[in-house]
Amino acid sequence: MKEENGGHPTSNVDRSKEQPAVRFDLRGFLTPAESAITLRNVSVVFPGKRSGEAIHVLDDVCASVAQGEFVCLVGPSGCGKSTLLNIVGGFLPATAGEVLVEGKAVRGPDPRRIYVFQENGVFPWLSVRENIAFGLRSRASTERARIVAHYTAMVGLDGFEAAYPGELSGGMRQRVEIARALAANPDIIYMDEPFGALDFITRLKMRADLVRIWQSEKKTILFVTHDIEEAVQLADRVLVMSPRPATIQEEVRIDLPRPRDLDSPGYLEKRDQIFRVMGMSLRVGEQLQVAAL
Amino acid sequence: MTTSWSPTLTLPRPVSANESTLGGAPVPRAGLAVSPEQASEVCDSRMLSEWPARETHARPGAHLAHVGLRIGLPLAVAFAFLLLWHAGVRFSGSDLFPTPLEVARGIIELGQRGLLLKYVVASLFRVSWGFTLAVLIGVPLGLLLGWYARAFQAFNPLIQIFRPISPIAWIPLAILWFGVTDMAPIFLIFLASVFPITVSAIAAVQNMQPVYLRAAQNFGLSRGELFRQVILRASLPQIITGIRIALGVAWLVVVAAEMIAVNSGLGYLIIDARNAGKRYDLVVAGMVMIGLIGLVLDLLVRQLEKFDEVRWGYAKR
Repeated sequence: MKEENGGHPTSNVDRSKEQPAVRFDLRGFLTPAESAITLRNVSVVFPGKRSGEAIHVLDDVCASVAQGEFVCLVGPSGCGKSTLLNIVGGFLPATAGEVLVEGKAVRGPDPRRIYVFQENGVFPWLSVRENIAFGLRSRASTERARIVAHYTAMVGLDGFEAAYPGELSGGMRQRVEIARALAANPDIIYMDEPFGALDFITRLKMRADLVRIWQSEKKTILFVTHDIEEAVQLADRVLVMSPRPATIQEEVRIDLPRPRDLDSPGYLEKRDQIFRVMGMSLRVGEQLQVAAL
Repeated sequence: MTTSWSPTLTLPRPVSANESTLGGAPVPRAGLAVSPEQASEVCDSRMLSEWPARETHARPGAHLAHVGLRIGLPLAVAFAFLLLWHAGVRFSGSDLFPTPLEVARGIIELGQRGLLLKYVVASLFRVSWGFTLAVLIGVPLGLLLGWYARAFQAFNPLIQIFRPISPIAWIPLAILWFGVTDMAPIFLIFLASVFPITVSAIAAVQNMQPVYLRAAQNFGLSRGELFRQVILRASLPQIITGIRIALGVAWLVVVAAEMIAVNSGLGYLIIDARNAGKRYDLVVAGMVMIGLIGLVLDLLVRQLEKFDEVRWGYAKR
């Protein structure tokens, strides 16, 4: 694999001609063996409503995620973040380019990479305990019970093991899904706006819990969100996507210590940096100042 | 990676804003049917049980009054109906149409002659067979047609043509094929109930939320596991609704079938009581029994909807 690092991530214009086969790797020096996830020139085109019309959703996306890294993917709504995560998760084929996970091309969903869904994929016909045990079907029952108890406690759902998802709050259901994902012991967890439907306080709490769990479990997490604050609170690195057809517009490394202080200058600086990349004014009521930035 | 499962990894149990009030204590499951919008706070949702909030907060005696009203009101309406019926028969001076009291006496007479039990059992026997066959064939057929789009395209037009044909229209053919045996009404009941069951099973699979399927795929389920553990489970609430409708239709049809095709059962009782001596008290007695047994059957099937595994499918969203 040839790697070129000369390009700038934002060089969205004028790559019609001398477009190299592999443009650049955002982390620069990662080889596929070191990186958990590698995206090489991934493009997606959906057929439009009228025949002949094509919707370019993703355009030549290149990125990689290291083992154990927490990466957030942010971008304006409808830019194709979820589509990208679906491709990485193996639920959707890319039109062009390739996705490598642990060095191998993705050919479909895999129990070693668990997806946490935006619309909550917890099974309503199973109790909390049965849901968390779902990825443990092949294990001996005593071991299964031990693992389930461990992750039930980790997400703070002790006492709710026999409850059904319909009896739980939205935040608790999301915890069940996270526990179910962790219990299956995947190498990677994909999360598609998992806290989007929750209220503000619950969301803050869930983020703190997720970081704590990630620190103890050392999983690789690729997390899609439209919420810039969320990305800065969670991630080691934020990949900012452009509007459609989307590319990775900017990479922002968040090297702030955890737990993160949401009032610290460092936090606000990173947040504002991403706001500026996305071309948004920080003052409510002001017009978008894309040109001025 | 198994090391990360080590049980020595003990973490402090986090207490979230909405759990802290519960102190981590187990929450009783009953009465926790809450819609997602209401469910943001568990402590709130516990108050939103089956009773509307205003009644839980009302004064102590209110609950008793409420229950009294719930039982008393329907009883009063039923009594008024019987009274009106009685008065209507008396005023019209009809000597054929029975009063409620005569009907009650008719039921007792049937019971004493041993006919009541015999006919009820005969009708239930036929319904059980026809209906069971319909469930055994309709549910798997519906699941398959719901899952395989090609098969659905192929078979759906045929089903849609057969479905509107009243089972009553099949009576001549049923007698031709099966004669005056139990098989004729069983066949008719099967026809009546297999379509609602099949169609509801098809719709259940087709309307299944794709996220369940994707989650199941993600966990690497085999084809058989996927069908048993996800597709069937996700479809069950709607299938049970179809089964309930089908049983109602089956009970309607058994009466019609027995009037023509056999020599026993509640349907036969009605037609026989009329033909053999214009015993309209027994005709109405038969009708009352049909109504009561139909009610009991529906109440029984409704119990299926109360299982935890399917209750989620009926929650108001």
